[in-house]
This record gives sequence, structure tokens and C-alpha cells, in this order.
Amino acid sequence: MNSFQYSRASDVADAVRQMGADPTAKFIAGGTNLLDLMKEDVERPTLLIDITRLPLRSVEATPGGGVRIGALVPNSDLSYHPLIEQRYPVVSSAIRAGASQQLRNMATTGGNLLQRTRCAYFYDAVTPCNKRVPGSGCSAINGINRGHAILGMSDSCIATHPSDMCVALAALDATVHVAGPNGERAIDLADFHRLPGDTPERDTNLDRDEIITAIELPARGFAKNYTYLKIRDRLSYAFALVSVAVGLEMDGDTIRQARLALGGVAHKPWRDSEVEAALNGQVASPETFERAADLLLRPAKGFAHNTFKIDLARRAAVRALTQAANGTPQSQSSKKIV
Amino acid sequence: MTPYIGTAISRIDGHAKVTGGAKYAAEFNVPGLVHAFVVVSAITKGSIARIDASEALRVEGVVDVLTHENRPRMADTDDAYKDDVAPDGTPYRPLYDSKIMFSGQPVALVLAEEWEIARFAASLVHVKYEQEAHLTDLYCQREVAFALPEPAKPRGDAAKAFAAADVRHQGEYYVPIEHHNPMELYASTVTWDGGGKLTVYDKTQGVQNVQRYVCSIFGMKPDDVRVMSPYVGGAFGSGLRPQYQVVLAVLAARALERPVRLVLTRQQMYSLGYRPAMIQRIELGASAGGTLDTVTHEAITVTSQYEDFFRNETTWSGLLYRSANAKYTHKLTRLDLPTSCDMRGPSATTGVYALESAMDELAVALRLDPLELRLRCYSDRDQNNGDLPFSSKNLLECYRQGAEIFGWAKRNREPRSMRDGSELVGWGMATGVWEALQVPITVRIVLTANGHAEVACATSDIGTGTYTIMAQVAADALGLPLDNISIKLGDSTLPQSPVEGGSWIAASVSNGIVTTCNAIREELLVLAKNLPGSPLANATRDEVTLLDGRLVNRRDASRALSIAEVMRVSGVDRIAQEKSTSFANDGKHAHNTHSALFAEVKIDEQLGVIRVTRVVSAVAAGRILNPKTAHSQVMGGVVWGIGVALHEETLIDHRFGRVMNANIAEYHIPVNADIQDIKVIFVEEQDNIVNRLGVKGLGEIGLVGVAAAIANAIYHATGKRVRDLPITIDKLQR
Repeated sequence: MNSFQYSRASDVADAVRQMGADPTAKFIAGGTNLLDLMKEDVERPTLLIDITRLPLRSVEATPGGGVRIGALVPNSDLSYHPLIEQRYPVVSSAIRAGASQQLRNMATTGGNLLQRTRCAYFYDAVTPCNKRVPGSGCSAINGINRGHAILGMSDSCIATHPSDMCVALAALDATVHVAGPNGERAIDLADFHRLPGDTPERDTNLDRDEIITAIELPARGFAKNYTYLKIRDRLSYAFALVSVAVGLEMDGDTIRQARLALGGVAHKPWRDSEVEAALNGQVASPETFERAADLLLRPAKGFAHNTFKIDLARRAAVRALTQAANGTPQSQSSKKIV
Repeated sequence: MTPYIGTAISRIDGHAKVTGGAKYAAEFNVPGLVHAFVVVSAITKGSIARIDASEALRVEGVVDVLTHENRPRMADTDDAYKDDVAPDGTPYRPLYDSKIMFSGQPVALVLAEEWEIARFAASLVHVKYEQEAHLTDLYCQREVAFALPEPAKPRGDAAKAFAAADVRHQGEYYVPIEHHNPMELYASTVTWDGGGKLTVYDKTQGVQNVQRYVCSIFGMKPDDVRVMSPYVGGAFGSGLRPQYQVVLAVLAARALERPVRLVLTRQQMYSLGYRPAMIQRIELGASAGGTLDTVTHEAITVTSQYEDFFRNETTWSGLLYRSANAKYTHKLTRLDLPTSCDMRGPSATTGVYALESAMDELAVALRLDPLELRLRCYSDRDQNNGDLPFSSKNLLECYRQGAEIFGWAKRNREPRSMRDGSELVGWGMATGVWEALQVPITVRIVLTANGHAEVACATSDIGTGTYTIMAQVAADALGLPLDNISIKLGDSTLPQSPVEGGSWIAASVSNGIVTTCNAIREELLVLAKNLPGSPLANATRDEVTLLDGRLVNRRDASRALSIAEVMRVSGVDRIAQEKSTSFANDGKHAHNTHSALFAEVKIDEQLGVIRVTRVVSAVAAGRILNPKTAHSQVMGGVVWGIGVALHEETLIDHRFGRVMNANIAEYHIPVNADIQDIKVIFVEEQDNIVNRLGVKGLGEIGLVGVAAAIANAIYHATGKRVRDLPITIDKLQR
């Protein structure tokens, strides 16, 4: 771990200003990922700008029927917030599927978006990793890659994004509000995280001197027909091998509007508009779901240890669509898959 | 008074543990403490060409950086580095020379006024290496494994019997490297006591082993080194041998003549010992009637390039079941890793996993209920060992009670035949076995006239409840209330004890306490007889007992004297006795513990998600000293067994020779969500032969067999046999 300075941001503008002034500074909020990375010498910021006192802790209904979530709202508070539980239960469920209660208490909404991959090579400062040291090579492609990407990877990087919450946010068409030296802007969550391409060191389209201030959810919450199904190597406290967030608007047996996002399979939450379009207007049935899942995984590609994830993702997508259509969302406390 | 032995008493150290009063090795604070941080090797094999510590040394607060180039003198013979339980070979010498033998080997020790400074400065130590090609993959090296001496004498002609058997099964089973992952990090705090004397607070399973080791490496006199380990936050075998942090902490304290603390990081603990990866091959031949004709068990296990660690995985097979023919082979592979070591039920956890998986497969081949097969193959003799009878073996009762409580009779033998909604249900069983070992031990007891007794022995309590059972046994044997007993352990200056391992301490120390209590009682009797008008004047030593604070004639309870009065009137304010106890084997009996395991799994048919919904563990292990701590210990064994079956695996990238999941987020062990209904039963097992109290150990037996029972349940649920652990979701899809 390196030696670093610590400062406290007085307001959002001050945070942005401090960040702009020091090219090796980092914001710190919950620190649930950054501190680990610092201990492993993966991140070596010279300045930590503490943003925990910024007024970004509220969850408020918006005039358009949506909800605006401050970037510093702890994951656990968000998960149990009445507005979220009632209108966006898929977000509550996804958060509870992730990490442990202690981590969820510390982790913030904005920080959750910015957590970095758990690829073991990224964490081990001794091995080559293009994400950590651009141009050094990807150790995972020919290494231990059981947990790695099956979609959207590149020759430079096959890491996955580890978040559960973001998979649900992706399915809901969330928007990320950010502030920077040139004012505020909004980024669709779908465009927030990047595929690795040949710049895997960049996880997101957030500029270095920008700060996330809020996440906004649109009115449509899929509160009746939704699920978050997470498949992992033990029944809690493990990253997803594959996870699926589903939101459906049903009209009897017919799907009016479908949302389907995969986690644990790519460098970002994975959505495919073609697959969702193909579900819209269809009668909910095993055949419909199988077809959609096949389509969703058609571009998938496996490596030495993770090829099983392709079929697992396909089956999990079918199951999650079934759960959502039946109105029987996956419980995150009973570990039996419904 | 109800005896304490056999009563479910809560841990006497429980309050101290949950309130933070119990201090662990890294928690002893002394003024002027120097904090150490280890820099570890980035390569797996080769040598250090150059170490540049100048940048680290410039950091304010850094006291020194020790390397092999500037360290103080250490012993230069292999013998000096051999601890009490070292395997054959050339023991590793921390910070000794430039040679690198495994990834994560310490190459420098940064010493600073604060821990954060030491850690920061460690990142500024620059090391250049001469790298050599390394090998860490068992599968690449299995052909060059070398044979060890025969683990046990073969009997009959196993190959011939196998060829002639009515029904045969052969299979190969793989167990990966596993790491112990105790909660407490490895740590040593060394205080500089002046005059060159040291007190070492160390995380260890054997304070006297560490004390001798430190004295021998640094040429110190026994009186100059005191090693303390009053509490241990789990060790599971990793603390049997002294670990490198104690050498480095002592080295630094001697170099600086200051107190030093070194705490390893979780990641660094993956460069200590580990359960060796192994490939096991089993051949079973049976008659059509379901009795075993032959068993062949071969194992290839891994160790380092410099020490030959192994345990006998194979011989459990010819012990557990009756078979006229048996053959065992064990080969060892040397890899560029640290030396493997004992871990939770060493050899049996793995060997019995392979055997009990193979027995399940044989039962399938015979179309026989797997429990019925075990009953038909039941052995009441140790065939490996002169066909000796057991001092006690109530395994049949384990099978009976375990099966009844589990509901085994309702099992449909066909795989995939039982289900619960979308889940396939599988029921599997297995047998467990361990040795009832006991070791020479010395116990000192000081009884004071106020009716209190202090019981002292250098053994450890590694979290198993040793403090508590020691107090129970002493309270019963001295006829005193439990609260009047205090226990001292984990201190090298106390009477002799071997390392705490192998499940041998409960039996050894409890009988040791009885020996010393008997000496106390005899001394009291001598005093009592001399009192004027003593009611015990004519009592013989076998006639008297200590009960409710009194010395009582068993034949006539009215002839009694209070202990306090005997001492007061005699003018004696303390009685101290220190006695050694050893355990002569009569050579006529085998000493073992046994268990029967029954497991239920539910597996989502579409997704392959495995849940272990029920486990029944029925254990026969002699007299149970404390049903509460015993239950916890066996329940813990079941939890670890679920980990062995489904989760645990150290992942090494063989290109780098590095552990890639060196943390407990990615090295999976079961979490609460993975644990459901666990029932533990202790069947009656009276043993008048094994030792005076009839006590056997419980440290390992709880784990042995669990992984096989779960693996067998998974087969029963799915019809799919996975022969390499852990059984993960991808393997069910293969």
C-alpha cells in the first residue's frame, strides 16, 4: 500500500475541483473495493478525496414517476427503501444477492457502479494484466478463466463486471447523473460501462474528473413481474457465475414489454435489444423463453474453463423469465431456486 | 454432586473470547514495539540477484530492512531447523540465502515504528531475480512421482483377486490443494526482556515445539526463550510446525534489541503449508454376495522440492472393511511449492473420501444398498495390524442410529428417483474412521487450602475446548466445584506437552490430569491419616476418593474429612504434584474412532445448484467428556466436509506457480447460507482398554467421510459421478 494524502470535499464542485487538480487522486466513499485494491498495490492514489459528507444521500420520487437515488445512499439502505421495495423490487433483490450485509452497509450506490473486476490477475500485481498495466498482456485468456466473460470480450481482456445491482439497473434503463468541470450531464446506464476493446483499463465512460451524483430510475419498475436470479459457487457471498435480471409487463399471458440483463458474463451488464424485441408481444411459454435465451447467448464464446457458463446462462435466462412471468421472483434469503 | 465429565458445560474461556478479554498472538502490546512486514518473492524458482531497499529505508519511521545479505547470524545446519514434527528433508530457512523455492517466499523484512509505514515501505523494496523454470502441476509430474516405502504390508494377492472377482470397480479420485484458512492470521509478538531473553507470543499448536525450534536456530539457551500461546484462533494443522513469521520476528528482535511484531497477511498465509493435492486410484473386487475380496489403494501426493511430507491415505482402505487381499502404494511428487502439511483429518479426509466414493460405486455395481454393503464388509479386526481386535468399535450402532434418524430406509436406490418440486433429491452415506491416539504428557496441579486448584500443562487450546475439558476432569478428580479450577496452558515453561494435533490431546491430557490428581489425593491421605483421631486412619489409598471438597472413604462415606481441614490442621497451605503419564499400548488392540454419515442434497435439475439440506453424523469415540463442545467440534467437521465436497480448492496458475485465489473471498469455504440441518449423535461406546477414562479424540473424526457422503448423495440425485473435488456446478454439466 502506498502513502497518500487525505482531504475532504466540502461540496460537489469542490470534489470536482480537487480531482481536477491532482491527476492521481481518487474519490473515496464506502471504500469496500478501493481499499482492497490499495492494499494489493493495484491502485496507488496519492490523494484520497473523501466525498462521504456530500449531500447525496436521499432517495426521492421524481415528478415523472421515477426515483432519484443519491450517489452516497448505502446499498443496504437502498435495498430496504420503501420506494425501491414497492416500485423497483428487482433492484432490492439484486442488491441483497450481492456481497455480505456488512459490505452492503458500507458500499454506496455510486461506488457500486465503479467497483472493478474481481479477475484474479487484475488483483495480483505480479502477473500481466492489460487492465492494470495497459499493454502487459491478458493472463486470463490462457489462464484460470472459469469466472470470465463469455460475451463482449476482446483479445485484450476477458474480465467481467462484478456488480449485481448494476444488472438490475441496466434492465430498468437507469440513468447516471454526473457532475464535472463543465457542469452536469446524464449517461444512460447502458452506455456507462464499456466493453474492453483495446482499452480495458477504462471501465466506464465517466471522465476522470467527473463524479457520480445520482442514479435515476424511470417510472416503469416492473414491480409485478420481475426476478433477480444469481447462480454462484456457494449460496451467499460469492460473485455471480451468471446472474439474470428480468422485468416483464404482462397482459394476461402476453408479454407487452420485456427487459432482460445478464451479469457475470461480460465487462458490463449485458442487454440485447434484439432479444427483448423478440419477446415483446409473445405469449409467455417455455418455447418463447428458450428461443429468447438461445438468441441472447448466440454470440457467446467460451475459454478453457468457462464454456459451461454459456449453457448455464441460457438455462438461467429461461428460468428467470419463467419466474418473472409467473410472478414468483427468486428469494434472496431462501436459497431454493423457485 | 453430578460429575462434570459427560455434562454439557459451556466453555470456561467463552466469556473472555466474546468480550475480547482473550488475547491472541498479535494482541500483546509492549512499549516501543517495532512492526514488521514481509516482502515476498514474485517468482517461483530461482534466486535473488539484487535487493535494493534504499528507497524503503528513506521512508520516515522505517527502522531497518532485513534481507539474507544483512541479517544476523542464524544456524547453518539442517538439524537446527528441524522442528518436532518436521518430515524428512532439508527444512526451509527463512531469509537464509538468495535461493527461491516457492512463490510467496519471504525475501525481505521491513521494520518500522508503525505497521502502515512498514507495509508502505515494503512496496518500495525492489528485488531483481534470476528466474528458473518451475513446476507446480501434479498432473504434469505424476509420471515422475517416486514410490515411498510400502504404507502397510500387503495381504494376499490383490491383483489376482481383482481379476477373479465377481464384481469389480476401479476409479480415480482427485483432491486439490486446500489451505487451512484459520480465522486468526499467523502472527508473532516478540518482547525483548533484557539480558538477551525473549518472550514470544506466537500462533501455534505447540509452544514447546516453537521454543525448541527458536532456541536451536538462534543458539539460545532454553531459559532465554519463553513461548506463549494462550489462545489460538483456529489452526487446523497449519500450526503444528513453527511458521516462518516466528523466525523472522525473533530475528528482528535480536537484530534491533527491541520488541517486534509480525502479522502475516491473509494472502501471505497461502505460502505456508497446505493439504497436498492428490490423485488416488482404488480397485475393489467383490463377490456377488457383496463381500469384499480385494482392495487396492494407490495415492500420488505432492510436496516441496526440499522436504518429503506425506501421510498414509491408502491404508484406511484395508482397515475399514474386511478383505482377504489388500495392496497399498504411495508415490510422492516434488513440486516448486512450500512443503505440504497436515490439515484437518490428514490422510483420512482424503483417503476415506476416495474409498467411500469407490464403495458407493461398488454398491451400485452390485445393485446393493450402500449401507447394506458396508454391513456385509464390516470388519471387527485391524487386518493391517496383525488382525487385532479393536479396544472398542461401536460403528454398527452408528450405522443403526444414524440411518434411523436420517430415515435411510425410505431411500429409493435408483438415481434420479427422488425429487422435491424442481429439485432432484439425493441421499448418500459414508463411513468415517480415525485413530484414537494418545501421547506422553505431564500435568502439574497445585491445590491450595482455600479449595482452589491450578492445573498446568504446556498444551494448546486451538479452539476445541481443551481449557474446558481440563477443568471438568480436574474438578471431578479433585472433588471441587468447576469454578475452583483454573487452567494454565499455552506456555512453554509449563509441564511438557507435545503439539496439539492428531485428535490426541483430549485423551492424553484428561488421563494426565487424573494421574496427577491421584498423586494429590494420596498426599492428602497421608496428611489425613496423621491427624489425631482421623476417621481415615486405616483407609488404603484405593479406598478413598475426593468428593464435594472432602476426602471420603468409598466404603463408608461417614468416614470423611474436608480437604480444607486436613490441610489447615496439617499446617500445609498448598499441595503441588507434577506427574507424567504415558500410554503403553498393550499390543493386543487397535485404537480407532468411527462414524457413519448420512447426507441429503437437493439439486435444481435445470441449473445444477447444489444444496446440502441434511447431514446426520453418528460418532463412536469412547466417552464424551463434554457433549456441548464435542457437538460443536463434530458439527464444525461436517461444515468443513461440506467445504471439501463443494467449495475448497486452491487455484494455482502453473505458468506463474502462483496461488490465484489467495483470499477468503475467492477461496471458498461454506458460508451460513450453505449450512442447513446438521444432526450430531454420539453413540455409547464404553472402552475400558484404550485408557483409564475411556476417552478417544474428536478432533478429526467429524470431518472424515463427510465429503464422500455428499458426493454419493450427488450421484444418487443426478446419476452423475464426479470424481474430482470440489463438486462444482460446471462439473455436473460435463
